Amino acid sequence: MHRVVVTGLGVVSALGVGREAHFNGLAEGREGIGPISLIDPSRLMIKIAAEARGYVGEDRWDRQQRVLFDRITQFALTATAEAVDQSGIDFASVGERTATIIATAMGGLHTQDENYRLVYEEGKNRVHPFIIPRLMANAPVSQVSMAHGLRGPAWSVATACASSNHAIGQAFQLVRSGAAQAAVTGGTESVLCFGGIKAWEGLRVMSKDGCRPFSKTRNGMVLGEGCAILILERLEDAKARGAEILGEIVGSGATADAADIVAPAVEGAAAAMQIALRDAAMDPSEVGYINAHGTATTLNDKTEAAAIRMALGGRAEDVMVSSTKSMHGHAIGAAGALEAAACLMAMSRGIVPPTIGHEEHDPEIALDVVPNTAREVRVDACLSNAFAFGGLNAVLAFRAWRG
Amino acid sequence: MSDEVHDRVVAIIAEQAMVEPETVTPDTTVEDLGLDSLSLVEVVFGIEEAFDISVPFNANDPTSSDFDIGTVGKIVDGVRQLIAEKA
Repeated sequence: MHRVVVTGLGVVSALGVGREAHFNGLAEGREGIGPISLIDPSRLMIKIAAEARGYVGEDRWDRQQRVLFDRITQFALTATAEAVDQSGIDFASVGERTATIIATAMGGLHTQDENYRLVYEEGKNRVHPFIIPRLMANAPVSQVSMAHGLRGPAWSVATACASSNHAIGQAFQLVRSGAAQAAVTGGTESVLCFGGIKAWEGLRVMSKDGCRPFSKTRNGMVLGEGCAILILERLEDAKARGAEILGEIVGSGATADAADIVAPAVEGAAAAMQIALRDAAMDPSEVGYINAHGTATTLNDKTEAAAIRMALGGRAEDVMVSSTKSMHGHAIGAAGALEAAACLMAMSRGIVPPTIGHEEHDPEIALDVVPNTAREVRVDACLSNAFAFGGLNAVLAFRAWRG
Repeated sequence: MSDEVHDRVVAIIAEQAMVEPETVTPDTTVEDLGLDSLSLVEVVFGIEEAFDISVPFNANDPTSSDFDIGTVGKIVDGVRQLIAEKA
């Protein structure tokens, strides 16, 4: 068994392009949610989203590349380049044994949406030859592995809103067990195309006016998009080459509710947290911060609060719990990766990101949700929760690296 | 008051609840029919498609939506009002 540390992080989110922009947004409590501007919102009922507006694909990739790179692949390549650069890892030597496990819940939805539009609405009988390699869910994984020469185990993971946590959890286990020497992992997603937003509208769980997790005034989720990529290495390898260590992944837990296709269940969520804690040999009293799933739907937040109480017992009354979705929106398959970034920031910089949009205390929640303003405090251990539609729960446990 | 709007709304609700339309009365509640939130979303969708209207319904908190889904009678009244507003 190897200890597994994070030595690189790259981010694209509504808070900006790059990990520093993401960290700064989280620390400032900045709202990345605003009027939809990337597409014409006139036929949409929901007209707000957390768009990665700072990201302009045309500035980064030439026409030949864009023909093959959906927005999610572009995000993944951008974030991976940043993470690899920070890490300083040399894939010429370890690429042979490096895993690439990158989540996306929906795959290349922009590509799919645009091509359905062409064949159905415009009645075209021919589409571009590269639609399939552009939209397939493993396109980000494959393009990242090709760009960096990563030849170890590689696959994409799709478990709706828990995709990233499942992916990071698997990558962690591959490195811990020795099945891979290093891993490039995280999640990438953009459902912010017309058909994607329309489909989410149909569920009637989206807010028209803002994301207010845990606030009594919450009225639904707000879609986001983005990508975060983590470089995982064995502790001994990272130390041997003098790499900066951003934090340690110490446990993962996953369960299925086996109950409902959309509604969450307290027991399944709590069990995933307990398994992650056990896997990490971490006592609940050690947990300083929980990055909540916190979607701002009535049901999720209430269920999650109860699950945290069930899993952590008395510690639940003191632990800081925030939902950074209030700032970067719900990035679906990328959510857990953007939130792992928030955990790494909390531990390495001593800044706990807030839950913004907090307007009114909800007695059914009654946790320390770090309302509206970030808190400067030392955090030595965190959990990060993700609970997917379909009742699939995945929780990661992190520890700070104090060298 | 039985009319086309009433009959179509009841038919949509009855189909979703898997009951005979005759057993549905204006006082019947969604709980009586065993409709969960996902079924209600489908009912609202069925109504919107049938009457070409937009129903202000938030599945997060159905009771605080602008559209009263307390009883079948109230749903029918709400649909009538939305049709009138559209005209």
